[in-house]
Amino acid sequence: MQKLVLLGDEAIAQGAIDAGLTAIYAYPGTPSTEITEYAIRSKEARNGQITAQWTANEKTALEAAIGVSYAGKRAMACMKHVGLNVAADPFMNSAITGVNGGLVIVSADDPSMHSSQNEQDSRFFGKFAQMPVLEPVNQQEAYDMMAYAFDLSERLNIPVLMRITTRLAHSRAGVQCVSEKRQQNSFGLPKDSRQFVLLPSIARRNYKMLLNNWPLIEQESEISGFNEYIDGTDKSLGIIATGIAFNYLMENFENRVIPFPVVRISQYPEPTEMIRKLYDSVDKILILEEGYPMIEDRLKGTLNTGKTIHGRLDGTISRDGELNPTIIAKALNKHIPETLPPSDVVVSRPPALCAGCPHIDSYNALNEALAEAGQGHVLADIGCYTLGALEPFMAVNSCVDMGASITMAKGAADAGLHPAVAVIGDSTFTHSGMTGLLDAIIHQTPITVVILDNGTTGMTGGQPSEATGRLEDICLGLGVEKDHIHVLNPIKKYHDENVAIIKKEFDYQGVSVIIPRRECIVTLNARLRHIKAQKAKS
Amino acid sequence: MKTDIILGGVGGQGILSISAIIGTAAVEKGLYVKQAEVHGMSQRGGDVMSNLRLSSEIIYSDLIPKGQVDIIIGVEPMEALRHKAMLNPEGWLVTNSTPFINITNYPELEDVYAEVRKIKNHILIDADAIAKQVGSVRASNVVMLGAAAPFLNIPEDAFFTAIQRIFGSKGEDVVQLNIDAFKAGFAEAQKVIESK
Repeated sequence: MQKLVLLGDEAIAQGAIDAGLTAIYAYPGTPSTEITEYAIRSKEARNGQITAQWTANEKTALEAAIGVSYAGKRAMACMKHVGLNVAADPFMNSAITGVNGGLVIVSADDPSMHSSQNEQDSRFFGKFAQMPVLEPVNQQEAYDMMAYAFDLSERLNIPVLMRITTRLAHSRAGVQCVSEKRQQNSFGLPKDSRQFVLLPSIARRNYKMLLNNWPLIEQESEISGFNEYIDGTDKSLGIIATGIAFNYLMENFENRVIPFPVVRISQYPEPTEMIRKLYDSVDKILILEEGYPMIEDRLKGTLNTGKTIHGRLDGTISRDGELNPTIIAKALNKHIPETLPPSDVVVSRPPALCAGCPHIDSYNALNEALAEAGQGHVLADIGCYTLGALEPFMAVNSCVDMGASITMAKGAADAGLHPAVAVIGDSTFTHSGMTGLLDAIIHQTPITVVILDNGTTGMTGGQPSEATGRLEDICLGLGVEKDHIHVLNPIKKYHDENVAIIKKEFDYQGVSVIIPRRECIVTLNARLRHIKAQKAKS
Repeated sequence: MKTDIILGGVGGQGILSISAIIGTAAVEKGLYVKQAEVHGMSQRGGDVMSNLRLSSEIIYSDLIPKGQVDIIIGVEPMEALRHKAMLNPEGWLVTNSTPFINITNYPELEDVYAEVRKIKNHILIDADAIAKQVGSVRASNVVMLGAAAPFLNIPEDAFFTAIQRIFGSKGEDVVQLNIDAFKAGFAEAQKVIESK
């Protein structure tokens, strides 16, 4: 037995490896990135015992994982919450195919939007697909749950969704690991050769099987041990706490004894019998959920004619944002001690592009090229370069979802915007930009697509980009005219030249692609430091 | 025993490194540890913070309740002040005096220092200057760790073991630099404590 200090993300990866994982696939996205980074760095991956890979996007990641499951092995796909939207098609249908080898999908939600464009709650996706959902309370449980999740998946013939949030993903704690890890499954195709063929006739049969399975899935939530009824003597209040909300609740009681009955939930569908028992034995109920008020909404129902239920819906707790111990203290009407007033001198320090970042030169050139046209011409995308929306650049006018720059520019051009410019990063382009570019090429839409090629997936810490070395070939292959693909060197020296090229392409009545190419300053510095360290050693 | 710490700084200033040193040292001494970090967009030159909790008992929450922070460690003075409302009024604010100015509306430095001095228990030292004397300004984060160490309830040797473990792969020079930086910060803090 060995105790490691791990991030929640890392505990999930280690738990999966120790549970006989064969393959893990992901596209990086905060706060999920460190799961796959850890797996890629593991000795099992370096020895070739497991496959751990970054993929083009979350959909391809999950589909590859389903393929591993098809071949009888245990697989995992990891993503941030909005990545699950991208993977929604295989996700929903994988509940209908069922599994052969165990399949676990991890979705890391980001309440308070620390590094995201929304705070959607992935538990709804679990309910939507009719899959069991696990929501670990801490790093140890995240580790322990992986073996359980794979077993459950194989036992009930269904993928399992593991939902975590930023705080658990990015917090470290000691984790006790098992001394002997499980052997990987042996290779073996499904017994029923048509299990994964979702033709309507087979899909109808499979879906009925899923529906018939549901009572077993519900039963599992009552007996697994991850949900718990903790009795209390004071029946004036009953508390339901899900996932890490339970920790914030515990934090508010001396000696960690809560006088009220509590149902702690870390597995869904929520345990109906435990909730009924609580509801029947207390005067009113407080529901603490890290995320949307999912259980609260269900318990209240449309008419809300039962007992008083406090939570996010009645304003006891804010409807948005992540929880913390102080928010829970207020919800419990606890006295909050006076603290020092905040200092007026403190001003906000928003994130910014790094000194030396190639995007700075690219935006300076783009802004100058657009000086005559004015504001409102640039549709952008998700990555470090989204910071171009802030001072001092104020260069971009949208950030919606991965790939939306090109398609929105197309739509805006169709509606009369000229010039219509898309700004997208190299990795985002191969994630979801290529198909939109094809649309624009087919219809000869006059748009100027700027692919900022820094050779990496920068925002999430510098994972390799699938676009590296093949951007021009991809664009040519899709059908962009050779004369309208320009590779620029975004440095001060070439500023005027770059502005002139961009401006010229605005006049072209078709698709132009401009590729400012210079390595990310963070990966460059890291590479130089590494070389220096190697030299110092030898 | 329970120590709740907030570390504040700007992305890239090395708060995750000192957080890792403290965490490793605490685990070495058999304590429970929880350490919540900031990854992602804010790391690009924005304000970053870490909640670090050490205890002889099991720790539940990854986040520290408001007003219960025992020590704020700032590798940058305005960033230390950002978390002031989290501090227990009897707690310590230990911060570097060298500002990191990457915004146009950074406040007057004397105003920032005046706010630090309003806090009953504070240590304000020029960690960058001390680090430079020791060998490299890049070790200023570990100078701050040394300056906070008298309040962390962890014996000195555990920090040295942790520094060895975390910087060992970068060579003996780097380990020694960081041990020297730690000691210099510790000595500076002792002077302030003794003068009280």
